[in-house]
Amino acid sequence: MKYMLLMQFSAVGTDFPPIETWTPEEIRAHIGFMGEVNEKLAAAGELVQAEGLGGPHQARIVRAGEGGAPVVTEGPFAETKEFLAGWWIVDCEDVERAVRIAAHISTAPGPGGRPLNMPIEVHPVMSAPPQEM
Amino acid sequence: MLSRRFGDFATAEDAVQEALLAAATQWPDEGLPDNPRGWLIQVAYRRMIELVRAETARRDREERAARREPGDRRAAPAADEPPADRDDTLTLLFLCCHPSLTTPSAIALTLRAVGGLSTAEIARAFLVPEATMAQRISRAKQRIRDSGLPFRLPEPADRAARLSAVLHVLYLIFTEGHTASLGADLRRVDLAEEAIRLAREMHRLLPDDSEVAGLLALMLLTDARADARTGPSGELIPLAEQDRSRWDPAAIAEGTALVTTAMARGPVGPYQLQAAVAALHDEAPSAAATDWPQILALYGVLERLTGSPVVALNRAVATAMVHGPAAGLDALAAPAADPRLAGSHRLDAARAHLHEMAGDRDAAVAHYRSAAAHTTSRREQEYLLMRAARLATAPPNPPPPPR
Repeated sequence: MKYMLLMQFSAVGTDFPPIETWTPEEIRAHIGFMGEVNEKLAAAGELVQAEGLGGPHQARIVRAGEGGAPVVTEGPFAETKEFLAGWWIVDCEDVERAVRIAAHISTAPGPGGRPLNMPIEVHPVMSAPPQEM
Repeated sequence: MLSRRFGDFATAEDAVQEALLAAATQWPDEGLPDNPRGWLIQVAYRRMIELVRAETARRDREERAARREPGDRRAAPAADEPPADRDDTLTLLFLCCHPSLTTPSAIALTLRAVGGLSTAEIARAFLVPEATMAQRISRAKQRIRDSGLPFRLPEPADRAARLSAVLHVLYLIFTEGHTASLGADLRRVDLAEEAIRLAREMHRLLPDDSEVAGLLALMLLTDARADARTGPSGELIPLAEQDRSRWDPAAIAEGTALVTTAMARGPVGPYQLQAAVAALHDEAPSAAATDWPQILALYGVLERLTGSPVVALNRAVATAMVHGPAAGLDALAAPAADPRLAGSHRLDAARAHLHEMAGDRDAAVAHYRSAAAHTTSRREQEYLLMRAARLATAPPNPPPPPR
């Protein structure tokens, strides 16, 4: 069963400052942790895909306008306190395993090596109908 | 029939498909051959041999890499190879890189039809599902079919433009191979190596073209530093801080010889100039011993030749290395006003670098952070963040770092 894990970077309800202000050691530890997560998932045969997203400065909202022409707004990401930072798609045994992976990701270290406890959303990925349908 | 002879259905299928592609482009132009079925089998048969050959060459290479065996035992291409094969490969390259195709299509088609990679391998290399890549390739073939392009070398009048399109596609394949991304370790095919192989083939077919030689030299001289470019956890290491003992001296020697010969023969073009810059970096025993005045001069020529604002940025950095950071920041004024660089992280990264050189820590940190927020490369973002963090946490009023 596949699950999508969404990492919401939230400044609300968390007490850590943005990554730009961390020390080199803290940044290195955080990056190293994320790399290790992916390596372990790949080694276990559970990693389908994992990507980091460009920050709020690079995000856009698009709606169809007159005649389907794109209407693009660059906000309100720049001001928001919460944005999607990245995702994983994992293929694992059951939802309990997906939840354990998510909890582990949530312990990614931040300033002072303390766990960030970031919220990780776990969504089952819909699959094709079973053969007998 | 082909799959029976070669015992490899997938390859045979591809060969037949490509023979049909050749037929679709050739027949409307030159009329139906006397024996269409025989013609198809002939073309497919020849293509099949090429595919098998490419497959064997790659397997050899992979096995060699696995054994870490020194030297190159791969047999050189036969000297008696018929000219028809030579023209076919070149024609196929020109067709795959035709300007009517989108760049991703041209890249995929080149790797498939000329490089002999399987659709699955190309898909994995670009981290897209196989079905997506298969669709991209079949659309590209369809487009070539629809456009009625003849299966022959471009007319002399178009040749320069068409050749530069081919070189651009090969260069993009190479840079894709060099872009470390999250899935990099999962990639099965080394795109940089594949691009070098294709450029080498191109150079063999067009030995007198100085830009083809320049592109091959640029790839070799850049790839020579590949192992030193990243640290143990995949972090980017800038040129000035790389362990030069990890550079590949054989690739440096080959690339330097190629670009030296090419530039002496001329005409000089952008790939040769970039290769010459790379050669100067590669030949310097230390970062401090780099011949920056020469690099600055080369960037000057390259900027006049291309009018590229990215080259202007590089020239500004070289200016700083020769005449000091203030002069470098002055030289940034022109590219900063160029709309093509608007919102680009490169401008911020260059500014940050020059402010750091000048000892203006606050400005450097601000520009590094802004560059980090705007880059689309994760590794580069990490590097820029680290650079900012190191500066921000350094003791106050540090002296300008030695360069």
